[in-house]
Amino acid sequence: MSGTCETIMASNQTLFSYVLRLADDHLILSQRLGEWCGEAPTLEEDLALANIALDLIGQARALYAYAGQVEGKGRNEDQLAFMRYERDYQNLLITEQPNGDFAHTIVRQFFISAYMDPFWRRMESSKDEMLAAIAAKASKEVTYHLRHTSEWVIRLGDGTRESHERMVEALDDLMMFTGELFEMDAVAQEMLQSGVGVDASDLKAEWQHTVQTILQEATLELPKAGHMQTGGRTGRHSEHLGHILSELQYMQRSFPGLTW
Amino acid sequence: MYSQGLIGADGQTHEDAAFLAAFQARIDAEQKIEPNDPMPEGYRKTLVRQISQHAHSEIIGMQPEGNWISRAPSLRRKAALLAKVQDEGGHGLYLYSAAETLGVSREEMTEQLLSGAAKYSSIFNYPALTWADIGAIGWLVDGAAIMNQIVLCRCSYGPYARAMIRICKEESFHQRQGYEIMIALCNGSKEQKELAQDALNRFWWPSLMMFGPPEGDSVHSNQSMIWKIKRFSNDDLRDKFINASVPQAEKLGLTIPDSDLKWNEAKQGYDHGEIDWDEFWRVVKGDGICNRERLKNRRRVDRDGAWVREAAMAHAQKRRARMASARIAAE
Repeated sequence: MSGTCETIMASNQTLFSYVLRLADDHLILSQRLGEWCGEAPTLEEDLALANIALDLIGQARALYAYAGQVEGKGRNEDQLAFMRYERDYQNLLITEQPNGDFAHTIVRQFFISAYMDPFWRRMESSKDEMLAAIAAKASKEVTYHLRHTSEWVIRLGDGTRESHERMVEALDDLMMFTGELFEMDAVAQEMLQSGVGVDASDLKAEWQHTVQTILQEATLELPKAGHMQTGGRTGRHSEHLGHILSELQYMQRSFPGLTW
Repeated sequence: MYSQGLIGADGQTHEDAAFLAAFQARIDAEQKIEPNDPMPEGYRKTLVRQISQHAHSEIIGMQPEGNWISRAPSLRRKAALLAKVQDEGGHGLYLYSAAETLGVSREEMTEQLLSGAAKYSSIFNYPALTWADIGAIGWLVDGAAIMNQIVLCRCSYGPYARAMIRICKEESFHQRQGYEIMIALCNGSKEQKELAQDALNRFWWPSLMMFGPPEGDSVHSNQSMIWKIKRFSNDDLRDKFINASVPQAEKLGLTIPDSDLKWNEAKQGYDHGEIDWDEFWRVVKGDGICNRERLKNRRRVDRDGAWVREAAMAHAQKRRARMASARIAAE
């Protein structure tokens, strides 16, 4: 009896970690995209990037709220999103990379959307009903993100010499953060085995196919995969995350415990 | 916003008396003027000026609030603020489209904004310093904008009036959202309430200035009034705004920073203290703390985005060419 209880406790802790890291991915990426507000190359694109950022915030909120529920310690979405230390954030490194120029932002979003698109589709059949429900909504949204960013990849790759060169540089800069997308650590393995999580390593072929098809149309090439950076899932981040958090957490840290 | 858009407006027109009389008869009959209808040049110019300045105000207005997206205090507030600033971009887009029906391109209007030839509402040259400013801007600045814009839903120019109906719906949502931020602050800690009072202190007078200076008795002979582009005097709209806002401030437990503000039983409205019109003109003319920065930001964004727009155009041209040659090959 007590054995069963411990198993449930252990898997709750794992589920908490699994949901929390997904929430962190979406929060940090939305924080980055939010930086574009009022800064985009056209007014239409300003609205489009804000739309994507809003979808991501929505996904992050659903995930944090669920993580809080799974954890069962009474932490709400804001306590999880705002009140942790840098090493406790478990987002993928690619999500925290700076916006750079528009080419970097588009490549970052394209790489991630091409990954999240099959990820959410598979998650729709998760045994965990809440994750399946979050996935059902998110997968519709990410289809649009993928289409939108694919169109820009093609435009910018095929457009002018300058835009092409900027895209090549963005691809080169971000390629080393893509390996982490497909890693399966112990948390992800346990979630996969219990029918809750997605086999990220199994998404690689589809990701490569999507990315290469679009890059080909854009007259671009996927850079050769060299050493892949890793560490986000264990809280070993790039230097950028601390700055993101110092803005993100400013109000909650300055005025702790208040309602806004 | 609206009244400021008319400052310096040149309603001068050169059509003959019969043309002007026929046009005026349509206006007096409350018929909407549509893009292809004959209209006096002065009417067209006045509208281009007002609508484009309104659009510019929406675009520049994204800056003070955009400044707080990354620091919003909760996820719910962050999403709401981002959606609000996005709506402002959307309003800019409808308004540029409405102005384009009068024969001016978005590029030309943008150029006028970037060169400093066109103005935007002076309120956006005041900085958003604290989170409470996001509440005060929603409550007061959007509140003042709504007072102007509700009337513009009946403006004689059809495309502007119709754009305004949709914009007003969103603006009133923003205004409630801003007021709700103020409620949360005023129901919160002592520090939060102080933030709210401080924001009200800084945004009250500039909000009153948004309606533009008093026009005196000449207002009814004002050409914009006759053409029903404008329907109420600046002072009338300002009074309506004050009468609506004072009870809202009382409900929050905040003090309006005007020691001369008092209820006037005879006019069933508030009398207010002297507005510092020197400050207004100084900020309109470019000497507010943020004027230079707001425009510089806009110019930088325009410059940084140029290669993207060029690439998009180049790609579209290449694609058209490829499709044309594929068609020829197929024939």
